[in-house]
Amino acid sequence: MRATARVYWRLLRAGIRRQSAYRLAAFGGVAANATFGLLKVEVLFATVRAAGGELAGYDVGRMSTYIWLSQALLGSVNLTGRTDIAERIKDGRVAVDFLRPLDVQAAEITTEVGRALFALIPRGIPMLVIGLFVGMAQPGSVAAYPLGAVSLLLAIVISVATAYLVGVAGFWLVETHGVQVFYLVVSGFLAGLFVPIRLFPRWLWVAAQATPFPSMLAYPIDILAGRVGLAGALTLLAAQLAWLAGVGGLGQALTRAGRRHLEVQGG
Amino acid sequence: MSAIVETAGLTREFTVRDGPRRRRLTAVDDLTVRIEPGEAVGYIGANGAGKSTTIKMLTGILVPTSGTVTTCGLRPVKDRRRLARQIGVVFGQRSQLWWDLPVRESFRILAAIHALPAAVERARTDELVERLEMADFLATPVRQLSLGQRMRAEVAAALLHAPRLVILDEPTIGLDVLSKQRLREFLIAMRRTDGTTLLLTTHDMGDVERLCDRVLVVDHGRLAYDGDLAGLGRTTGAERVLVVHLAAPSPDLIGIPAARHLSSEAHGLSQRLAFDAETTTAARVFAAVAERVEVLDFTVEEPDIEDVVRRIYAARR
Repeated sequence: MRATARVYWRLLRAGIRRQSAYRLAAFGGVAANATFGLLKVEVLFATVRAAGGELAGYDVGRMSTYIWLSQALLGSVNLTGRTDIAERIKDGRVAVDFLRPLDVQAAEITTEVGRALFALIPRGIPMLVIGLFVGMAQPGSVAAYPLGAVSLLLAIVISVATAYLVGVAGFWLVETHGVQVFYLVVSGFLAGLFVPIRLFPRWLWVAAQATPFPSMLAYPIDILAGRVGLAGALTLLAAQLAWLAGVGGLGQALTRAGRRHLEVQGG
Repeated sequence: MSAIVETAGLTREFTVRDGPRRRRLTAVDDLTVRIEPGEAVGYIGANGAGKSTTIKMLTGILVPTSGTVTTCGLRPVKDRRRLARQIGVVFGQRSQLWWDLPVRESFRILAAIHALPAAVERARTDELVERLEMADFLATPVRQLSLGQRMRAEVAAALLHAPRLVILDEPTIGLDVLSKQRLREFLIAMRRTDGTTLLLTTHDMGDVERLCDRVLVVDHGRLAYDGDLAGLGRTTGAERVLVVHLAAPSPDLIGIPAARHLSSEAHGLSQRLAFDAETTTAARVFAAVAERVEVLDFTVEEPDIEDVVRRIYAARR
């Protein structure tokens, strides 16, 4: 058990260190996220004001929190569906993964979570600084912070575990690029990246709830922005845990089945 | 003592798309082979002969279509993770190191993956760093290594957990002479001290000659030869070639005992003589040449593996 913990701790750190090797790329990400954040401020603040100062539980302060937290998480939450494992399956490097005495899915997710956690520093903190400058609402209770932190971690893990599903589709599809692009388009929208999902028409909101995407972004933000109370926060956390179990279990099954289907590409 | 590798009727088919049609391709066909602990086996064959497919089945990456395979007493696909603790594999073309991280960090992660106790990790890492001369680039990110450095690091990574069976897939491909030499010396020393079983695929006859005491030749997925290297030479009649560079233009060197004149260049300044290593030696052929003409320089060319394989293939048809 301790040995297992040591392995995944090493992999997590490896992910963190890998991400830290690409500081320059983080700058580009920050610039893009800040620009889009300011754009969202313009549009969504106007929408809230037009609705009379409050819309679906968001006043301007909470909307600001929503915008800047979602921009801060963009570098960490995988909404693109792009994964390293997809590349490795495509070019056959995945063979090396199967030569290790590790659970391939768990190892991959751990490494990616490590990368995501590191990205919070160069990509997340600048957005929060801008947010504080613009003005953000704080949650009503202190308990929202630890709950929000847990929810945020879950959001990262769920996003990585779901993107992993796109990657392992490569065991069956030679080219997963199409699936990934579709994922990219759908995930951001349903996660509430552009517009909070609470502003969706009811049918779309229900449809979004039937996907894991809101638990990758909307839920932790709703907790940290104080849009939901304590009970609401616990409900969202429960939903996240359920999604994690669902996508995790599916990934485990697909990895097993895919391995039997694997035809390692190239010599 | 039980075998390290034992296969019976091992077969793997692939479906390949050939334009609009699909057809079945048998990459490994009814392979039955047994490798004992401590053996050093060269597994050779043309590109696409089924070498890598075999290795993938031995290591649990690929599921056989039919037949059985046991590696280190385990069923590779079912017991993948347990088997991974007992084997070390280097795919020359595929890195197992963390590209963005220093070499040292890859070793640390692999040590954790294999649950090596801290003291063992330190001792084993130090040993490999010394024997493979890696101290200079331990702190260098893998992506900045030269090919020779990277291959040494790959080999070290595969051996960190002191596996019983080491499988090397084209370990010397693309390496310069010195790097090849170092790697071979290390592998020879490793076998002597640890008694590790070695299975390697290669296109380099030098690898086979210096490292292997047994050769398996595979042709279209079928085993075409299983025996020692000398026997392989006998079977194929593959010849070595003495190339001599002479002081003055000379007529073709015909009639050297046990040697055959192949070609002359630059008005006979450079000549090639083939001889069978079974019946004579390079030294004897050279001595006979030196009696007739003044030799400035010479080299000996080994039969290349493609040639040996081609001869075996030809003999089978």
